[in-house]
Amino acid sequence: MNKPNERKLTIARAMAEAVAQEMRVDPSVFVMGEDIGKLGGVYGNTRGLLEEFGAERIRDTPISETAFIGAAVGAAQDGMRPVVELMFVDFFGVCFDAIYNLMAKNIYFSGGNFKVPMVLMTSTGGGYSDAGQHSQCLYGTFAHLPGMKVVCPSNAYDAKGLMTAAMRDDSPVVYMYHKSLQGMGWLATEPGATVHTPEESYTLEIGKAKVVREGTDVTIVSVGMGVHHALKAAAQLEEKGTSAEVVDLVSLVPLDRDTIRKSVAKTGRLIVVDEDYMSYGVSGEVIASVTEHDISVLKAAPKRVAYPDVPIPFARVMEQYCLPNPDKIVAAFDGMNAA
Amino acid sequence: MAPTREQQHWMYRNMVTSRKFEEAIAGIYFEGKTPVFSMADGPIPGEMHLSDGQEPVAVGVCAHLNAGDVVTATHRPHHQAIAKGVDLDKMAAEIFGKKTGLSGGRGGHMHLFDADVNFACSGIIAQGMGPAVGAALSRKMQNKPGVAVAFVGEGAVNQGGWHEAMNLAATWNLPFVCVIEDNAWGISVSKEDSTAISNNAERASAYGMPGIRIADNDPYAIFEAAGEAISQAREGNGPSLIEVETYRLAGHFMGDAEGYRPEGEKDALFEKDPIPKMRAKMLADGMAGEAELETIEAEAAARVEAAIKFARDSADPAPEDALTSVFA
Repeated sequence: MNKPNERKLTIARAMAEAVAQEMRVDPSVFVMGEDIGKLGGVYGNTRGLLEEFGAERIRDTPISETAFIGAAVGAAQDGMRPVVELMFVDFFGVCFDAIYNLMAKNIYFSGGNFKVPMVLMTSTGGGYSDAGQHSQCLYGTFAHLPGMKVVCPSNAYDAKGLMTAAMRDDSPVVYMYHKSLQGMGWLATEPGATVHTPEESYTLEIGKAKVVREGTDVTIVSVGMGVHHALKAAAQLEEKGTSAEVVDLVSLVPLDRDTIRKSVAKTGRLIVVDEDYMSYGVSGEVIASVTEHDISVLKAAPKRVAYPDVPIPFARVMEQYCLPNPDKIVAAFDGMNAA
Repeated sequence: MAPTREQQHWMYRNMVTSRKFEEAIAGIYFEGKTPVFSMADGPIPGEMHLSDGQEPVAVGVCAHLNAGDVVTATHRPHHQAIAKGVDLDKMAAEIFGKKTGLSGGRGGHMHLFDADVNFACSGIIAQGMGPAVGAALSRKMQNKPGVAVAFVGEGAVNQGGWHEAMNLAATWNLPFVCVIEDNAWGISVSKEDSTAISNNAERASAYGMPGIRIADNDPYAIFEAAGEAISQAREGNGPSLIEVETYRLAGHFMGDAEGYRPEGEKDALFEKDPIPKMRAKMLADGMAGEAELETIEAEAAARVEAAIKFARDSADPAPEDALTSVFA
């Protein structure tokens, strides 16, 4: 994807560019949230928008999540296309009713007569010692509750295309971006997330996974930051003569089960990498998607590399012990073969 | 500003329609649910919250609204829906869980949505506030006419979401009106036992907006206050709060034994039933003759009867319809 002289963007800049391009052509798009104006978003994904579009359309809110996310639902039903940011996914507890009882259900409760075209974006993930109220992923929580699409890009190209698609969707889309992929100066960034990103506007299909590395011996499925762990693990496995295929889910809802099944049918082995909590989550859903469909494709029991079912600790050694990483993925593969 | 003769007839017609609609619902609700009460059985399954007695609030406010204006309603929404002009046939069918209902039976009585008249509900206390404020924001940003009204109960005023939304509406100077229907009871807990102040309109001062409390469920006073608040909002002069002392003549839900009510309270409330009161006043003021009112009542009864018949005669949704309309 990356060639010399091609323009590379961070995810944060790719998101901001997508929003700006859509705002230029669609007057119903506006952005609202905490610190999205002058600050440009804590994670940079609204940087530069206030200067171009002004405070009416780039609207800083009070720290009143129930009100402004509820307001986004009302504005969306009334013909606007709000993009709303709540900076940490951990904060959604204070306003969850507005999300899963209003945003996610009003299309259904209206029999499709109201549309709710809004994007709810938020950061996920840990690894920077911010402890358990600022480091969760909660992918499974949102993906579990019907009525909202859920996307999570692993690189800037996907981030831009997903954002444009999300803004054009008539259903609510939860747009989750991982902090370690944003390209912020104050937060270590995975270099693999900063990739060539075309200047023109384009969309990525919501609900379509990507095979980001082809292989024949094992399928590693992940999302967001986990994709980069998976790619590094695949490189390590290659040195040992194992060919790993890596699937980037890109979207959690709808979940592209066909791409997962096709890959596992080819490789016969499945490892799921998920920075969200292990139990009742994405990792179990991916494995069930394969096993309930056709268990005979498997040459070994599937493995999970996920966050253990404990709150996220502050001390660096404890947090790093819990987080997924490439070595854990390699070990999972080795354990799979030993069994 | 008193309602004109024509407005009074409209208000009375909608109050009577709402009351007759609820009487019809109440008459049918227990069909199939006895001898052992089973909420899920019968032609009208599920919880049922009637709004008998609260009709003046809905008509006093909605008399100033048109189809383009936005209303968000509560879990007790029938009077508000009728006054806002929600299609009565489809509304009845929705309450019966029929395919012809507003959402094809996906929402039921607490979740009535009618895009044609910009009406929405939430079954969760205070949660209509955010969407109404958002609709008001949408009108302001698009420079489109229209106001948004959130109806809430007095219990909702103790919710964080209510305060957040009030602050947002005031900070952004939105065309928004919050109408509190104070029926004195949050399910079984009295306002006295749950709320630090008796006059919630005073809370408006915390948000720098006008607030007014109207005593005794008076449709004329509600009409006047709502007229002022809504025209203020339409003219870009920001949000207002109206609290109305109203009366819940029924229980919280059908089947509620109401053991929490003080002895004699209900009898006293029925003596204050706003519909006969308004009827008597219109006659006394010469705003209507007996024959005119009888015609209005007969028309309302016929309309309700037709809606109930439409609902009863409509087909159930196909079970697999449950799987559609999740996304737009």
